[in-house]
Amino acid sequence: MMFGGVFFKKSAVAKYWAVAGIIILLIANILEFRTQSFFKIDVKEMLRFDDFGLHFNTIVFICTLLYFLLNGKAIEKVGRNVSEYYALIFFILCGVSIVSSFNTLLMLFLGIEILSIPSYILTGSDKQNLKSNEAALKYFLMGAFSTGLMLMGIALIYGGNSLGSFYIHMIELGKGPMPVMIAAGLVLLVVSLSFKVSAAPFHFWAADVYDGAPTVFAGYMATIVKVAGFIAFINLFKASFGAIQYQWQILITIIIAATLLIGNLTAVFQQSVKRMLAYSSIAHAGFMMFALFALNNTATEGLILYTLAYSVATIGLFAILVKMNDYTIEGFNGLYKSQPLLALAATVFLLSLTGIPATAGFTAKFYMLLAAVKDGHQHWIVILAVVCAAISAIYYFRVIQAIYFKEPSSTSHDMDVSKGFKYVLIIAIIIIIIAGIAPSLVIDWIYF
Amino acid sequence: MLGNYYTLTELLLWIPLLTGIISFLIKDSKTVKGFALISSLLTLLVSCISLHFSDVTHHPEYYNYLNVSYVWMPYIGSSFTVGMDGMGLLVTFLTAFTYPIIFASTHKREYAHANVYYGLMLLMQAGLMGVFVAMDALTFYFFWELAVIPAYFLSSRWGGESRVRVTFKFFVYTFIGSLLMLIGIMYVYFHTPAASKLSDHSFALKAFYNASLSSTEQFSLFWLFFFAFAIKMPIFPFHSWQPDLYEQSPNSTVMVLSGIMVKMGVFAMLRWLLPIFPDAVWRYQNIVIILCVIGILYGSCIAMVQNDLKKIVAWSSIAHIGLMGAAIFARNNISLQGVMIEMFNHGINIIALWIVVDIIENKTGIRKLSQLGGLAIKSPALAVFFLIIVLANIALPLTNGFVSEFLMFTGLFEYNKYFAAFAAVSIILSATYMLNMMQKVFFGSTNSFTENATQISIGQKIVLSVLVLTIFIIGIYPTPLLHLTQDTVTDILKTLT
Repeated sequence: MMFGGVFFKKSAVAKYWAVAGIIILLIANILEFRTQSFFKIDVKEMLRFDDFGLHFNTIVFICTLLYFLLNGKAIEKVGRNVSEYYALIFFILCGVSIVSSFNTLLMLFLGIEILSIPSYILTGSDKQNLKSNEAALKYFLMGAFSTGLMLMGIALIYGGNSLGSFYIHMIELGKGPMPVMIAAGLVLLVVSLSFKVSAAPFHFWAADVYDGAPTVFAGYMATIVKVAGFIAFINLFKASFGAIQYQWQILITIIIAATLLIGNLTAVFQQSVKRMLAYSSIAHAGFMMFALFALNNTATEGLILYTLAYSVATIGLFAILVKMNDYTIEGFNGLYKSQPLLALAATVFLLSLTGIPATAGFTAKFYMLLAAVKDGHQHWIVILAVVCAAISAIYYFRVIQAIYFKEPSSTSHDMDVSKGFKYVLIIAIIIIIIAGIAPSLVIDWIYF
Repeated sequence: MLGNYYTLTELLLWIPLLTGIISFLIKDSKTVKGFALISSLLTLLVSCISLHFSDVTHHPEYYNYLNVSYVWMPYIGSSFTVGMDGMGLLVTFLTAFTYPIIFASTHKREYAHANVYYGLMLLMQAGLMGVFVAMDALTFYFFWELAVIPAYFLSSRWGGESRVRVTFKFFVYTFIGSLLMLIGIMYVYFHTPAASKLSDHSFALKAFYNASLSSTEQFSLFWLFFFAFAIKMPIFPFHSWQPDLYEQSPNSTVMVLSGIMVKMGVFAMLRWLLPIFPDAVWRYQNIVIILCVIGILYGSCIAMVQNDLKKIVAWSSIAHIGLMGAAIFARNNISLQGVMIEMFNHGINIIALWIVVDIIENKTGIRKLSQLGGLAIKSPALAVFFLIIVLANIALPLTNGFVSEFLMFTGLFEYNKYFAAFAAVSIILSATYMLNMMQKVFFGSTNSFTENATQISIGQKIVLSVLVLTIFIIGIYPTPLLHLTQDTVTDILKTLT
């Protein structure tokens, strides 16, 4: 499943190679579902390709395909090394594949690193822009720091568990008192992975990084990289620490509460849509953490749905944002007059992010809340989540209001929008509405 | 054919939905108006046919004509189940009956982007129908939220000056309530028995009725549901979104909002609140009735000092809704029957009021009581219609308002004399502000604003006569409606004892 980056010469052609590469990956993934691999590598049980991981891979590959189709032109505008950018994104995908199917802590570390390092490079790819450089440095420092913490946690768990093993299933917990080393390792792992997914109080890098990065890549990082972090989280915690869930649940609950509150409340005050989307990604991270809070089947199904809903909507929104000149909310004024399809697409994506029924975002949030209620502890966090979802309506609807109910300002919306872009947007809208009305199509695949 | 392939209930949903989507594509404004009118008449036809098949106890095969269930999310126990019992038939008939009237009465009004306007109105009808026919909690929640979205766009686009802010407040308010209800739904869901082998619990209405909830659980869950419904109805003190919204929205939207959407809240209380939380209802009914009675008196008093026609009608609506809320929680046969009929009557009466307000606003361009006067000289027909509608709102005998209010007050009196006494003061207050409105607008001498008012057109006369005729018919012979809803009332009362 690993795809190495290939380097090409012509920038425009790179687009087509990238799309072809994704489609090959998709086909390989689906074949793997039916246990027919392209080539077998003996990974000594370090990687485990179960249905859940493969399903997640499929969704990520589809979202990346959508991303490539929507943003081909924009990626070219970032700089000269277009093919390198595509290669870096493929490296990220490689990291995603490892992270969705790891079986040892070593592989977890490998996957997270392969995931993060290309992201650092992509953040700083707009070399002339000072903000981009600053964002890259910030991201790199924070990321390196969190990886260091993760390594310490891994070392502690390795040393602490009785078998001296990296394999995550072998950490036998729940039998007798938890050794101090494992507790410390667990906390360190929670902290480091929370860094990666920008959960509060480790979220401070997210706003500046997503704001400084070129908008195209911010869209990719805010979705796929974050979602992959969550899969890592879930895989690790379900397998290793599932038995003692009640002990660390309170820690996760506090993180969720802080993330939801900080993400939603700060987003209300943002004037720039790009920054608002950055904070909204933090808020959605809070919702996705409910999958950790309640380690039951509904939660994992919900995480898959959330991956799809959140990624498609945010990738679509960032793609539309890239086309605009003005990133503030006023820049969206009167969009429905000049670009009705873009306005409709933006509205559907925003409604999905808010969680209005008949969109994928609602079914995703619904599954998350259902999982939390099913778990039965900490009732207050569910009410808090719901209040924060209502608060999120404020800032999402502000953009909808700007699009439909305000007159356009003097700077007109002359955007370079091709027919292909519009068709792909329509496909994205259809995906969101179908996943909203018949989510069983997405979920039943897990039990294939 | 019926019952095997199609059910009437689904048709009630799909006709407005499909025609709504199609009307987005019709560019010509005249065509889209006609199209919308025909679609609403078609829905009315289906609703009338469904009324014919209402007697399920004597003809059991009719059950399949009205109820259907589709597999939707089997692994969590949710199915797309829709059906109509007596109460459902009544309110769907109200929706189907009032929509053509609304379209016909605002036919002359030109809307920018008429295709979007009529499309949204039809989609709202589909959403409202969905709420009234949903027999599964998730389906109900879906339509509950979806009904609000077209209202949001309609009011924000075609409304008055401060429409964006007011509609936004309305939306966020209802959204919070609905999300709290969602949590409540989930909690009740985990206490339901299984309906099929695929999942441990079920979202179906029957399962919710059989949910094993302890009293303490009921006490807290009751409030989650109650907030959502109280915000929608609205009940004091959750009413602050309503008068501003009614004032700012375009008139036909207000007709739908006040005529049908508030019935969503009342209906939901009867269907989803009372039967599921009987212990909590027993415990909290006094508090709720007190809130409702305060709302009645508060609404009536404020209506008395209003100067704007639309605001008067809005506040009087709050008063009527308060009465409905109090009668629901009085929980006896008479009061519940009263609420059922009042749902229908209030829809008719308030829409009639709005139509007249709309005509006045069109003819004279002003809505302030202090500036109007003497319209009876210019359009006597309108004055006659308006007087009858005003008397129906005051609940004079021979009008439909009397039937429902009498039943509700009797039921409330049976429950508690003092509450009924306080609530009955509202009859006097409503007479005050309604007749005051009548006098200020129609009688007296004309002034500069009303000099140029003309007679109302034939079309408007027809629409108003239909409404007035309904008022009298139900006022004199309400028995069919009472029979229709008796079974539902008995069922609700059974769950409460």
